[in-house]
Amino acid sequence: MTVAQAPASTEAGYNYGYLNEQTKRMIRRAILKAVAIPGYQVPFAGREMPMPYGWGTGGIQLSASILGPDDIFKVIDQGADDTTNAVSIRKFFARVTGVETTEKTGEATVIQTRHRIPETPLTEGQIMVYQVPIPEPLRWVEPRETETRKMHALEEYGVMHVQLYEDIARHGRIATNFMYPVKVNGRYIMSPSPIPKFDNPKLDNSPALHVFGAGREKRIYAIPPYTEVKSLDFEDFPFTVETWDECCALCGAEDSYLDEVILDDAGERMFVCSDTDYCATRRSQGHFGPMAGREDLAELTGAASENEGRNA
Amino acid sequence: MNACPQPMIRVRGITKKYGEMIGCRDISFDLWPGEVMGIVGESGSGKSTLLACLSGRLDPTAGSVEYASREFGDIDVHGCPEPIRRKLLRTELGVVHQNPRDGLRLGVTAGANLGERLMSVGARHYGNIRAEALKWLAEVEIDAGRIDDFPKTFSGGMQQRLQIACNLITSPRMVFMDEPTGGLDVSVQARLLDLLRNLVSRLGLSVVIVTHDLAVARLLAHRLMVMQRGEVVETGLTDQVLDDPQHPYTQLLVSSILQA
Repeated sequence: MTVAQAPASTEAGYNYGYLNEQTKRMIRRAILKAVAIPGYQVPFAGREMPMPYGWGTGGIQLSASILGPDDIFKVIDQGADDTTNAVSIRKFFARVTGVETTEKTGEATVIQTRHRIPETPLTEGQIMVYQVPIPEPLRWVEPRETETRKMHALEEYGVMHVQLYEDIARHGRIATNFMYPVKVNGRYIMSPSPIPKFDNPKLDNSPALHVFGAGREKRIYAIPPYTEVKSLDFEDFPFTVETWDECCALCGAEDSYLDEVILDDAGERMFVCSDTDYCATRRSQGHFGPMAGREDLAELTGAASENEGRNA
Repeated sequence: MNACPQPMIRVRGITKKYGEMIGCRDISFDLWPGEVMGIVGESGSGKSTLLACLSGRLDPTAGSVEYASREFGDIDVHGCPEPIRRKLLRTELGVVHQNPRDGLRLGVTAGANLGERLMSVGARHYGNIRAEALKWLAEVEIDAGRIDDFPKTFSGGMQQRLQIACNLITSPRMVFMDEPTGGLDVSVQARLLDLLRNLVSRLGLSVVIVTHDLAVARLLAHRLMVMQRGEVVETGLTDQVLDDPQHPYTQLLVSSILQA
């Protein structure tokens, strides 16, 4: 995480990490400030990146500023390592920094993500980088930016509960399922970006550092390791996470976040882990779900189907 | 209420200038607990400016407003730190806007509007918040079944009653009303005034009410202040001012009432 030492493998004509050194410094300063004030949104001079806003420009700038030559980089999109966005970002950094990349959560030192926190518990020294579309948790109740800043400064967070009240009044329960607001370190209310509320408890007292970057709105915020992160709720409607009646159809996991996949026109469906690495690891360890052996789904299991053959 | 030995608010020399233009000039008065003061005057006479200065939403050019707060003791509304001023506006002070849409959140239901002030002072029990909201809906004669409807589906009169309930839910001691009956038809006006008069006397509220409708003033206000071009031209008990106006402008105002 120091100054440029362009290894031979990086793209010629580009600075190490794509951004110039001054920009990276500026972003690192913003990150340091964000770490010092957990949950506070630090403005930064976001740069144009070689991709459109909404594709993760905030996260990319953070990754570009913190990736050192010794880091091992992992990118997930919707929990998957093999989706277009994840593959492109991973390739981008492999080209402009030459860092080693991985799909294994346990091996990675920097994980850039959108939507998910890996199921495998994070450890000390790991950094989670989030791509944030809307950093302001109060946006939906108070559209004026001048007013929301004042509300953060004066800790006027009563209106945040108005949103949760609305949920209960309309749906009989807190129906907010992602971007579920949290209070960080007993002070700032923060939007944990578009992760499902299933992942909120993973932020609480996490041994890893979590940094959030919003490219369009040019804000950086962070949760330092071992910080209290509390999801907002009512006394009589406590915070709960999503549950599923089924287990993962491929690896049989009952403790992971499941995606529903429609299989055919006859209405057949399956639930699979959204975290592909977690699912594949479990399968390689010999865990199988109810649909794991099906020939017509071999494509979904990918490399894992070879493991299956080997284990058999 | 008689036990309270000091005025609820003490206003001294409030002046507000918009550049060279004068909003209101050198206005002083005391308002006692449980007292209702009417401010009447023509359009542009500085009534709303004065009201905004009194409630702390507008910084006056000169003068002071001292408020005897339940929580903070005697405080200078404009000299105190902003967090306190904002807290007062959510708890002990209420502001009823002429247009209810300025005082309500239109994107959330009536219940959430009512609950907002409770939640902003730390209520975190959904059941209790809802019970309190229902109680206040009944208080302002809105059907309990409308609690989960959006305020934009309410009629003008209902919106205004909802706005009043939203202000009263944290039992403020002092309410500022800016033409609460403006834009309502006469029969709705009458019901709203009746409701207001009952609430004010039952809760012992101090009220400053701005209106250009002398009938409203006569019905609600104990005391009256007549304003013209930013200055107070006449002040006194409501009946006295209306029945025996001294200042030429007040005389004009009183004589302009259409006799039905």
